[in-house]
Amino acid sequence: MKLKSIKLSSELLKEKHKDLPGRIAIMIISALSVLILAALSSVLIKIFIEGASVINLNFLSETPRNSMTEGGIGPAIIGTLSVSFIMIIFAVPMGIFSAIYIHEYAREKWYSRILKLSVNNLAGVPSIVFGLFGLGFFVLIVGKFLDEIMDTGLLFGQPVMLWASATLAVLVLPTIILTTIEALAAVPDHQRYASYGLGATKWQTIRDVIFPQARPGILTGVILAISRAAGETAPVLFLGCAFFLPELPLVYFDFGFFEIPMINPASQFMYLSYHIFILTTQSANPTLTQPIQYGTTTVLILLTVILNLTAILFRYKFRKTLREVRGA
Amino acid sequence: MEYESKNTFNEQLLKKRSTVLKIKEIMIKYFLRLNAFAASFFILLIFYFLLRESYEAFKVIGIERFFWQSNGSADASGKLFEWYPTSDNPRYSIIPLLAGSLLTAFPAVAISTIFGVIIGVFMSEVISNKFREILKPVIEMFAGIPTVVLGFFMLAVGAEIVRELFGPFTRLNAFLASVGLSFIVIPIIASLTEDALRSIPREVRMASYALGATRWQTISRIVLPAAVNGISAGIILGFGRAIGETMIVLMASGNAAIITIDIFSSVRTITATIAAEMGEVSQHSAHYFALFFIGVFLFSATFILNLIADIIFSRLKKRIRF
Repeated sequence: MKLKSIKLSSELLKEKHKDLPGRIAIMIISALSVLILAALSSVLIKIFIEGASVINLNFLSETPRNSMTEGGIGPAIIGTLSVSFIMIIFAVPMGIFSAIYIHEYAREKWYSRILKLSVNNLAGVPSIVFGLFGLGFFVLIVGKFLDEIMDTGLLFGQPVMLWASATLAVLVLPTIILTTIEALAAVPDHQRYASYGLGATKWQTIRDVIFPQARPGILTGVILAISRAAGETAPVLFLGCAFFLPELPLVYFDFGFFEIPMINPASQFMYLSYHIFILTTQSANPTLTQPIQYGTTTVLILLTVILNLTAILFRYKFRKTLREVRGA
Repeated sequence: MEYESKNTFNEQLLKKRSTVLKIKEIMIKYFLRLNAFAASFFILLIFYFLLRESYEAFKVIGIERFFWQSNGSADASGKLFEWYPTSDNPRYSIIPLLAGSLLTAFPAVAISTIFGVIIGVFMSEVISNKFREILKPVIEMFAGIPTVVLGFFMLAVGAEIVRELFGPFTRLNAFLASVGLSFIVIPIIASLTEDALRSIPREVRMASYALGATRWQTISRIVLPAAVNGISAGIILGFGRAIGETMIVLMASGNAAIITIDIFSSVRTITATIAAEMGEVSQHSAHYFALFFIGVFLFSATFILNLIADIIFSRLKKRIRF
């Protein structure tokens, strides 16, 4: 009697373990996920296929010709790189130094907590709002003021590259501060105490013990910030992006043994993402410019994907370093 | 004797060096503090600046006119909900723009919640660790695609597909923009769903299996309900992102400022309005302040959404730690 009941329940268990509806549900979830991922990828694949036939060295270096229907996107690429370069100068040192101060010097102070909270929430504010801020503050207040005291007429008081970079710098500042704090927080406290125990000062500890471990994590944040800035369009829409510039207003930055040609920061500029926007929505003949649209889009995607992959690589290295340090 | 003198010399040197070191330490500390204050200055400046400009907007235009324009003959109730900032009788009602934003954001979040949660469950519960480590960065990469690319894609390819499938009245419409938006919201919700599911302790799953539940029963009745707070925080963040997104809606929604609930009609969002009109307004005109006001409205809305999500996340962290 007892034996029979055990047998019965084991059969019941077997029956239950089949759980056909559950298996079907999991299968449906897998199938749908693969389908959605395929749909997401197909966007990129479609753009790459169309774009690959356009991209060559001439396309990457030439200026647009014949009312944008021929030629390349050289000025737009240089413009994007220059804006990002100036943005890095503005945002990266300030972001990293502030994060070090917040996390290493004033971790439990009330103002650090408020700062951290506002930085955290600022990271999710729409980029167009930063554009408003850039125009209203940098161009109309700071720029006008600079023009007045330097007597330059109307040079800084209009939308130019300098203000686009400054606005993007404010846009990515929260990202850089947050990732740097995260990287510093990942370094365990006993490392700090061990360093103090050996007689090192606070700054020596930060420079020689904390920073080398946090560096890959910080780099991840910086690269992600650059990638974000290069892909943003909304904040630079009214900050000096030009539809077409006949020639590059170049200035040469002399570094002694080599020089970097860069667009004059006090001029308008061409920007990759803006170029895509303007070609698709406002060119005289969108069908004729379509190959160039695909080519430009491919270049922009490749730029951001390469940056993101580098960031992922650094993050992997960061985790590995931490694992080694912790001996786990 | 000789030894002793050498020793005192060393001590003096050490003292000297330590004062130099102390000064250096203090200088570095103040340098870092300066940077932190500069950064917080810029951050506070954004808050201050936006508030100041919208205060000006209230003074110049008046708070009521941001919602309706009184016009006895036009409507039964005598109120006009219209956005016509450049006409002779300018109207600055935010209502049609808000309706446009919601009409693009709600369908996008609905689509993305379904698909995003499915992908999240797939990543967390179905596939192996190794595969997940590849898939997670890929999903994050999708979230990092420049939005102008998606706007371009919706114009070049998506518009034609939507036209053939649904035959909408206008080629560019709210639905097209929603589909474009879901391309960026799906990765966000998927990634945060995965995080939420994975943060459920292993013991909970094991207990469920030990009680005889199958894999699917464990997923659907134990893990998913336990992770619902984290998932809803992800949905809130996705909604904030959809409302604040500019390029996709600017390129794909058609930009007609009308109040409608027809998803296949052309609408105009708050973000697209700022993007399209800010370049042309004259400084400190009523139109300029009106654009700042809708910008501040957008800023506050997304800020509050982020704050809610932030509170949910920090509560979750505390609960899991205990």
